[in-house]
Amino acid sequence: MMEEDILCPFCGCLCDDIKVEVDEGRIVGVKRACRLGMSKFMGHERIAAPMVRRDGELVETSYEEAYERAAQILKAAKRPLLYGWCSTVCETAKMGILLAEEVGGVIDSTATVCHGPSIIGIEEKGLAGSTLGQVKNRADLIVFWGANPAEAHPRHTLRYSSNSTGMFTPEGRGGRKVIVVDVRRTRTAKNADKFVLIRPGTDYEVIAALRMIVKGKGDLLPDAVAGIAKSDLEEVADMMKAAKFGAVLIGLGLTHSRGRYKNVDGALSLVADLNGFTKFVVLAMRGHYNVAGFGQVCAWETGYPMAVDLSRGAPYFNPGETAACDLLARREADAMMVVAADPASNFPRKTVEAMAEIPVIQVDPFPNPTTFLSDVVIPTAVCGIEAEGTAYRMDGLSLRMKKVVDSVYPTDEEVVENILDRVRRLGDDN
Amino acid sequence: MVIILKAIMISGRTLGQGASLEAKMSPEFFNATSTCAISESDYNALGISGDENVLVRTEFGEVVLSARKDDGLPPGVIFIPMGPWANAVVGQNTGGCGCPLFKGTEAEVEPTKTRVKDVCELFADLKGLGGEGS
Repeated sequence: MMEEDILCPFCGCLCDDIKVEVDEGRIVGVKRACRLGMSKFMGHERIAAPMVRRDGELVETSYEEAYERAAQILKAAKRPLLYGWCSTVCETAKMGILLAEEVGGVIDSTATVCHGPSIIGIEEKGLAGSTLGQVKNRADLIVFWGANPAEAHPRHTLRYSSNSTGMFTPEGRGGRKVIVVDVRRTRTAKNADKFVLIRPGTDYEVIAALRMIVKGKGDLLPDAVAGIAKSDLEEVADMMKAAKFGAVLIGLGLTHSRGRYKNVDGALSLVADLNGFTKFVVLAMRGHYNVAGFGQVCAWETGYPMAVDLSRGAPYFNPGETAACDLLARREADAMMVVAADPASNFPRKTVEAMAEIPVIQVDPFPNPTTFLSDVVIPTAVCGIEAEGTAYRMDGLSLRMKKVVDSVYPTDEEVVENILDRVRRLGDDN
Repeated sequence: MVIILKAIMISGRTLGQGASLEAKMSPEFFNATSTCAISESDYNALGISGDENVLVRTEFGEVVLSARKDDGLPPGVIFIPMGPWANAVVGQNTGGCGCPLFKGTEAEVEPTKTRVKDVCELFADLKGLGGEGS
């Protein structure tokens, strides 16, 4: 049987047109998905059963015992860190925030090591944003800055941006100009009308120079900025000002490089400046399919989108202090729960060494290096394929994910709710 | 004489890394992420022979990776797909905003005959450091 209009639970594009062929409760074919989505739907090795660490080894156990051990670890901890939440649905995030509040912990999402600096930049400057639908239907200039959708969001260009065809953009790629700014000639750069190769860590300088040209102060600039000829920058500024509707799509090239949130602040400021001449919007190319959703849920529940300390009676947010990498680097967190993420792979090695020193609870469908460091491992259903729920596309549009096939595993939401329930009961005993 | 290349290391997503990121114990993930892309001129200057890997060293650590040429990279910049191999040489400092500097670390690269560690070997020494069960 062919299931239609399935959402893809991989990247922030959250493509909603996938066709999935199901035969006797198993997925046997996928249409329209990119290589990343195809791989997700067709499945990978799973964690077979819940496990707890005994005498240094992970051994299989029951869900009941795993929930109990997880609750004991969180209850005993003075500074528990509840981290992840990107590859799961909003309903899990909501339950996770309740759990963090109950144990007086810090809750943080993978955004902090991804577009977290973008969020801080947005808090500094404000965002002239739009939906991807507006970009598709109206944009005649697309700027990819430090973003490589050809590898990270493979269908983005065709569905939403440079190569899409929309209501007022009937010519598709032919009717659009594309600028790519990056430190290497990526696959995305090969699709550009204008490619600007910058040195790593010079985004801020280049953006500042562009702002000066846009605002008519270009004569104060030297002949080259960060190795880029002024004439090149003038050409980019002219293309931007000539656009009827421009969209700047920012990637991790800005957030992971020297300057971090200030680079993003600069990009948002450039877009604000350009709105004095024409219409411009800016969007962050969010990575995992629901990393944006955690930010939404966390913001409406606590007032902050990530790195929220719930130990003080009122939510407290200070990334650099309350973000996962900082808590671990300072050896401050004394227990960690990881839901739908793999920090052992994605944090710096020294930070991972701090994880190895404390009890870790993992809630995830798939085995990964975080499993190696975990004391309790709880396997779950794959959201968007084996469990339904709400997710937010990278532009902030909320979409309902369907369940495509049944699973023997509980959902992330059920697992977190079970742990929360046991934590509360442990509280009653005291 | 050992030739050492000074370069800026950046990490990031690739299609192969993305397609195998939920199968991190698989050979596909190993092949996709335990590799270092080097510009053609730097690759040739290092004189890497067919059976050699590269040792990438920063002030934060070192890691052995397979090497490949990438004509999209400018000289002096190396690229490692995001994952535990790249993060072996990334520093902890978040600059007060929660996010380590995953792109832009100064690195030294040299050819080596040492084998690339697999994912299990990469983490083998860790849980022994502490944790509830040990």
